[in-house]
Amino acid sequence: MISNGKPSTINIILDGKEVEVPAGINLVEAAGIHGTEVPHYCYHPQLSVAGNCRMCLVEMGTPMRDRATGEAVLDENGIQKIGWVPKPVIGCGTNVSPGMHVKTKSSMVTESREGIMEFLLVNHPLDCPICDQAGECRLQEFATDYGRGYSRYVERKNVKPKRTKLGPRVTLDDERCILCSRCIRFCQEVVDDDVLGFVDRGSFSTLTCFPGKELSNNYSLNTVDLCPVGALTSTDFRFKMRVWFLKESPSICVESSAGSNILVSSREGKIHRITPRRNDSVNDSWMTDSGRVLYKKVSSDSRLLSASVSGNASSLTEAISAASEMFKDKKLGVVGSCKSSVEEQYLLNKLSKNLKAKKFLRGHFGKDDGILLSADRTPNLRGNLVTGFSNKYPSDQLSDLSISIQKKQVNALLVIGEDLSESGVDLEDLKSIPIVFLGTHQNATADFSDVVIPTLTSFEKSGSFINRSFRLQSFKQAIPGPVGLLPDLHVIASLINALCEDAEQSSDLASIWKQMSKSRTNPLHGLIFSKIPGDGLQLDGSKWNSLPFIEKKAMHFSPLKQLQKSKI
Amino acid sequence: MAKTVVLQRKPLSLSERTYLPQIVTGLKTTFSNMFKGKVTLQYPEEKPNIPKNYRGIPTLVKDPNGREKCVSCQLCEFVCPPKAIRITPGAVPESEDDREHVEKAPQEFEINMLRCIYCGYCQEVCPEEAIYLQDEYSLSGYSRDEMINKKEKLYELGGTLPDQHYKWDKKKNAEDEGNDH
Repeated sequence: MISNGKPSTINIILDGKEVEVPAGINLVEAAGIHGTEVPHYCYHPQLSVAGNCRMCLVEMGTPMRDRATGEAVLDENGIQKIGWVPKPVIGCGTNVSPGMHVKTKSSMVTESREGIMEFLLVNHPLDCPICDQAGECRLQEFATDYGRGYSRYVERKNVKPKRTKLGPRVTLDDERCILCSRCIRFCQEVVDDDVLGFVDRGSFSTLTCFPGKELSNNYSLNTVDLCPVGALTSTDFRFKMRVWFLKESPSICVESSAGSNILVSSREGKIHRITPRRNDSVNDSWMTDSGRVLYKKVSSDSRLLSASVSGNASSLTEAISAASEMFKDKKLGVVGSCKSSVEEQYLLNKLSKNLKAKKFLRGHFGKDDGILLSADRTPNLRGNLVTGFSNKYPSDQLSDLSISIQKKQVNALLVIGEDLSESGVDLEDLKSIPIVFLGTHQNATADFSDVVIPTLTSFEKSGSFINRSFRLQSFKQAIPGPVGLLPDLHVIASLINALCEDAEQSSDLASIWKQMSKSRTNPLHGLIFSKIPGDGLQLDGSKWNSLPFIEKKAMHFSPLKQLQKSKI
Repeated sequence: MAKTVVLQRKPLSLSERTYLPQIVTGLKTTFSNMFKGKVTLQYPEEKPNIPKNYRGIPTLVKDPNGREKCVSCQLCEFVCPPKAIRITPGAVPESEDDREHVEKAPQEFEINMLRCIYCGYCQEVCPEEAIYLQDEYSLSGYSRDEMINKKEKLYELGGTLPDQHYKWDKKKNAEDEGNDH
């Protein structure tokens, strides 16, 4: 906008008051910036404008100019006349222009909204008691805010297909659909998987999948979030819990290095669903379907719930002291994790440095889908680089660990969550040395570890991750952890205190950040945990440009970004 | 300081000294009540007539066709001031032909009668007219568990009430007939 010589902000007159808005935005956004709600269904800031719901009708006028001469037309008082458009216009499809007059509260606008609401409600079923959208339904909200308040319709409502399975994860109720086409546009524009469309045009317009296709892409559940009414519902969350009971906590998805911003909805310590949180620099308003089911791991059967020393259940303090006893005067090896938070990696690095332990790190990789599922399937690989735990790009094989054990360079092992049996390390080698395992879930490594210390999942603790574009994002505890378990930070800090001479390591996030942000050469220099913004903080990752990062170009991410930055 | 006045007690008259008028007045009340009808009840053998709008134990009712009315919208759970209600929602299985279109029904419905304060908000908020505070008021149990009314108990207590709307029947008819297309 600046480049073409036009001003980046302009003034418009909104409900009689002159306000400054960015140039080029539409009236819904412009009014929103100044706290005036223009109700809308089909418009979504991250999708194209369809303009078919007609809910955002407003009155609009522009300063009058003589068509022939281009001079301003003045009234008898010498003020430029306003040419009001005789009929209301849609706010989403009208962009602001200098001096534009907009009325969002006039009687014509109020009547238009009442009329549109009445039409939308004519065939809408009275399903609210059984509808999962109730409580977060735009139709409910706008019907109370802008509707007439009563119905004049006495004929029978239309009957349309109910309980249609659009795909493995999405169920459709066509009667509830208000034909806003957000889901159709999402599939076309964001996922590039054109499967949805309207058929039977007219009063019987019906949303369906095209013949032989189904809504099965890994982003299908975003259509459920987009749906302003309860037409598209998540088969997993269907009839599980009413939304007004749910407490929403901001968090970060741990599925891949994309680091999608999420909201964790829980009731009384039980997670019921995960939905995306808008962050225009990371994930817009979307997330993967596969990331939404990760909450099920929190209470899965394989969850480690009590500490054990050589196979016998013990208390957490006993296990920690047994572990530190085991590590005394040993050549320790530490297998870190790309799934740990930045703070945990920092403490683990501190522990390794103090004990002169050898550090190992394993990456987890998969296929890149070019949107929000990156090839690096860990949330915090870059945290290891920034905290100094590792300076090279990890592979998914730990061949150097095998060699170190065979050469007797390592004769005790601390493993953070990693399953070594999958990483190409010889099991016989592993069984010959004492192993302490810190992790959330049972795996083959935990089975033969001498000390197992259970830890918490990312939903149960606070911390931060660094995503694929070196964006530092913090997450807060959403639910309490299982009884008797302590955060990883506390366990690692206790190990440091037990093993290192005159160490007084606190497990408090604020004090860890104080230590972490001291170094001037570190990208984290001068940062405070509580001051990390809700939408994250971009770090300078140009230091690591030479590493072979595996991620491909994707949403808000280009692999060359870091390179370009360093050149400037 | 206020001045203290000592009152002199009046001497009693002869009739007052005999106590007879007082005894007679008392006996009059006694004898007059002897011939009136009983006002007490032999509770628990006899029970009082409960007025129609009485708020007794909250119960779940069935519609005249004997079908569950509650759709587990959980509004009563939300509105309940002492948090006595706890619902586990569930789906109506597709095998139930006459109720499948209702889609949702409670898997479990618990009302903790140790918590319930008989305010009647649940009845007022229910969009399906499925929960009623009826005329039953006496409730006892040997354990805390017994005082939590489960779904079966609630339906047993509730029985069937006349329905004005037949909402789900209408819906079923519409679905069966469909529209002219």
